[in-house]
Amino acid sequence: MYAFDIERPTTVADAVKLLVASEENQPLSGGQTLIPTLKQRLASPETLISLTGIDEIKGICEDDSGRICIGAATTHAEVASGAGKYPALAALASHIGDPAVRNRGTIGGSLANNDPSACYPAAALGSGAVIVTNSRDIAADDYFQGMFTTALEPGEIITEVKFPVPQKAAYMKFEQPASRFALVGVFVAQYEGGVRVAVTGASEEGVFRWSEAEAALSSDFSASALEGLSLPGDGMISDMHGSGDYRAHLVAVMTRRAVTAAG
Amino acid sequence: MPQVSMTVNGKPATGQIEGRTLLVDFIRETLNLTGTHVGCDTSQCGACVVHVNGKAVKSCTMFAAEAEGADVLTIEGVAAPDGTLDTVQQAFHEHHGLQCGFCTPGMVMSAKALLAENPTPTEAEIRDYLEGNICRCTGYHNIVKAIMAASGQDVSKIAAE
Ligand SMILES: Cc1cc2nc3c(=O)[nH]c(=O)nc-3n(C[C@H](O)[C@H](O)[C@H](O)COP(=O)(O)OP(=O)(O)OC[C@H]3O[C@@H](n4cnc5c(N)ncnc54)[C@H](O)[C@@H]3O)c2cc1C
Ligand code: FES
Ligand code: FES
Repeated sequence: MYAFDIERPTTVADAVKLLVASEENQPLSGGQTLIPTLKQRLASPETLISLTGIDEIKGICEDDSGRICIGAATTHAEVASGAGKYPALAALASHIGDPAVRNRGTIGGSLANNDPSACYPAAALGSGAVIVTNSRDIAADDYFQGMFTTALEPGEIITEVKFPVPQKAAYMKFEQPASRFALVGVFVAQYEGGVRVAVTGASEEGVFRWSEAEAALSSDFSASALEGLSLPGDGMISDMHGSGDYRAHLVAVMTRRAVTAAG
Repeated sequence: MPQVSMTVNGKPATGQIEGRTLLVDFIRETLNLTGTHVGCDTSQCGACVVHVNGKAVKSCTMFAAEAEGADVLTIEGVAAPDGTLDTVQQAFHEHHGLQCGFCTPGMVMSAKALLAENPTPTEAEIRDYLEGNICRCTGYHNIVKAIMAASGQDVSKIAAE
């Protein structure tokens, strides 16, 4: 690792002040992505602004419209045990990485990073969540802008994520056994207004909504409604773990399984 | 250089650190507690697992600065002061839960975290919990068996001696 300083503010306001003090400053949350990146010298911040000492962005609550609101610095383990009102979300969190990763890694860090194979982006997009930052609210549909790319501006910190709770939902992850990330993961959620299907791990553009499957499931929420639907392998990630065609095939399989699991 | 203070194995520990000093480096190099191992550079092997405020974490993937004020338990703090092994350590010993021993500190710390959360885990739950602890020697079987035994469960049904 290159040398850097660490600051540990206790309020969002102080964190933002420290963050914007230099273009080379960067937030640090659970460090489960950033520390391995720093070890490979793929980042060289001047100062890391730790978010782990800021109590106002930790914890889970429910707002007046019944949404589950999760502070950005809430760990995967805390979501797994504390988001019981949204069981599919709690289940997703409980299968991220391994227990030690879940004790440090946070939802804010995962969404800020937007790894094309990460789990939370599928939940946020599949739920039509709102990503709240220190300066604005961003709809999930506007937030994810391609692999490792988001609507976040430099100096902007995610503070909270608000999830509308669906009638039914499930996340199905086909695990890449070495990394434990999703080789393909599909989040399906049925709301009064329609069904959302969000796919991670597959596309070179990062997490995306499978609109044909959404339309089919909105009129008939059953695995059989998906019969005959498939995605092209073009534009899918193709690597040593699986070809684009294989991933495209897995998307359809995991979507059917998610619908069945959602019941 | 900034200073960090924490409690390690029940004793106060203070030292000078850099921003980039990992908790594992503070434990091994400043405190000379070399039981906690480093087996990888990618946060995947779990040889470095310690408890921070009662939770299992990879000490190679946490900065020492982040442990300011924390209560840290390493493998050195697990046995009784007179050297008597704790239940999990004793079970690893009895059931041959180690060969080269490199992964063992992390395995024991993860096993203790599991049993604190779930005192009588099933075999599947143990295997699932150890997902982030890699062992290149044992094939895991005797590790799983040792943890079953440490939780007071019958291990005779687990095949392969
Ligand atoms: C062995 C292993 C297995 C894993 N398996 C999975 C898996 O199966 N599924 C999965 O989804 N993930 C997995 N992960 C990644 C893990 O979930 C990370 O915790 C997560 O991606 C990043 O969260 P973090 O809190 O650790 O963020 P950090 O590593 O601290 O930060 C990540 C990035 O986000 C920025 N950032 C952090 N917080 C904020 C914020 N609030 N506002 C703005 N920017 C911010 C940082 O500057 C950095 O660029 C795994 C990681 C490891 C090490
Ligand atoms: S040394 Fe491998 S996970 Fe920490
Ligand atoms: S006993 Fe050798 S790595 Fe586990």
